[in-house]
Amino acid sequence: MEFVKDLISIRDLEKKHIDLILKKSSEMEQALKEKKKLSSLGGKVVATLFFEPSTRTRLSFQSAAMRLGAKVLSFENVGVSSIVKGETFSDTIRMVDGYSDLIVVRHANEGSARYAAQLADHPVINGGDGGNQHPTQTLLDMYTIKRAKKKIEGLNVTLLGDLKHARTMRSLMHGLGMYGANVTLIAPKGLEMSREVINEVKDRFGAKVEEKSKMDFSGADVLYLCRIQKERFSDQYEAEKVQKEFRITADAIKGVKDDLIIMHPLPKVDEVAPEVDQSKYAYYYEQARMGIPVRMAIMDSMVV
Amino acid sequence: MPLVVEKIENGTVIDHIPAGLGLKVLEILKIDRTYGARVALMMNVPSKKIGKKDIVKVEGKQLDEKAVNRIALVAPNATLNIIRKANVVEKKVVQLPKELLGVSKCPNPQCITNLEPIETIFRMENSKSSKYRCGFCEMAFEANELLL
Repeated sequence: MEFVKDLISIRDLEKKHIDLILKKSSEMEQALKEKKKLSSLGGKVVATLFFEPSTRTRLSFQSAAMRLGAKVLSFENVGVSSIVKGETFSDTIRMVDGYSDLIVVRHANEGSARYAAQLADHPVINGGDGGNQHPTQTLLDMYTIKRAKKKIEGLNVTLLGDLKHARTMRSLMHGLGMYGANVTLIAPKGLEMSREVINEVKDRFGAKVEEKSKMDFSGADVLYLCRIQKERFSDQYEAEKVQKEFRITADAIKGVKDDLIIMHPLPKVDEVAPEVDQSKYAYYYEQARMGIPVRMAIMDSMVV
Repeated sequence: MPLVVEKIENGTVIDHIPAGLGLKVLEILKIDRTYGARVALMMNVPSKKIGKKDIVKVEGKQLDEKAVNRIALVAPNATLNIIRKANVVEKKVVQLPKELLGVSKCPNPQCITNLEPIETIFRMENSKSSKYRCGFCEMAFEANELLL
């Protein structure tokens, strides 16, 4: 089955596309475990253009490309590229399109990956465009959930944190809605998920979405949290207070389901207490490792 | 006392504009003090259909598709009357189009279309709503937000 030509937004994907990636990711994980030598991108060049800082996404894309036999082109930071001389985004994309067979792009402006895909002849993957989309993170989140729980449909998934600004949460909400998970949203006042996103998921997929104000995870199968960004608050005292209130500590997860998994897109700062990192519930390091097989599955599915 | 405005010979009459938005329609049509032909703007005219309305009459102006789409954003039920030799030769109700190509800037300042020379595209969310989603940044806006 064919995948999409460019991977820009989770909203462009149908269930069959996500099913394909979930299945292939499992095969890639198995191949990695067996140390199989893969070569589907042999002789190809993958360019990773990160106009914004990234650790996990950039490194895991590069590692995934190399594990499929590709060579990788990259600039480590924008400061050493022609961008500092004032080169436009479009010129950079056109130039790199001539040097590579697949482009992974991260940029601060929303819609930049879609624009790159318009300009480039080769396939483009969105590695994060401002506050809009981060589709490969969503696919790896969904794979992580499916891998741990054997299903997504019917699971109780709680999303916690700054649900207003986190692109990860917006994309994930879409994917979970598509697969029939029951979603609970918990966010500090003023950082709630936008009504438009909630309504879209309800209208398109008939998703069950509940909003709570208290930290109650008793029925949750998956707790997915993200950083509450202090810079979003004008009052730093208020920011500290909210961060403390929404912190995951050993006390906060008392009485949760025995097989709860806690996920986080990372980097995390202090929204999770160190004792939780040691607990059986912490699944975020495992989740981060899934970045390799899932990104291998994505690149392997694209016509390069 | 009824307001009497002279008929125009050739041009366009835009009727059923929501009261107060006639000036916006003139702005969309790029009509300012340099426009040489006759223009009439009637504001707050009583209307059976919408209570109060504005009407714009412009001599010598034919509207292209982009201008009609722009008018639809502020006055989704406006009526266009095409006038030739002082007679109405065509009458149509403007409609919000399914797709708006190059009609409006994206209101999201972080959208790439506001930084690079890109033709914007907005698609209607569904036939029931007047919401449009930017084809680049994927943010959704009410039709009337697109011309602010």
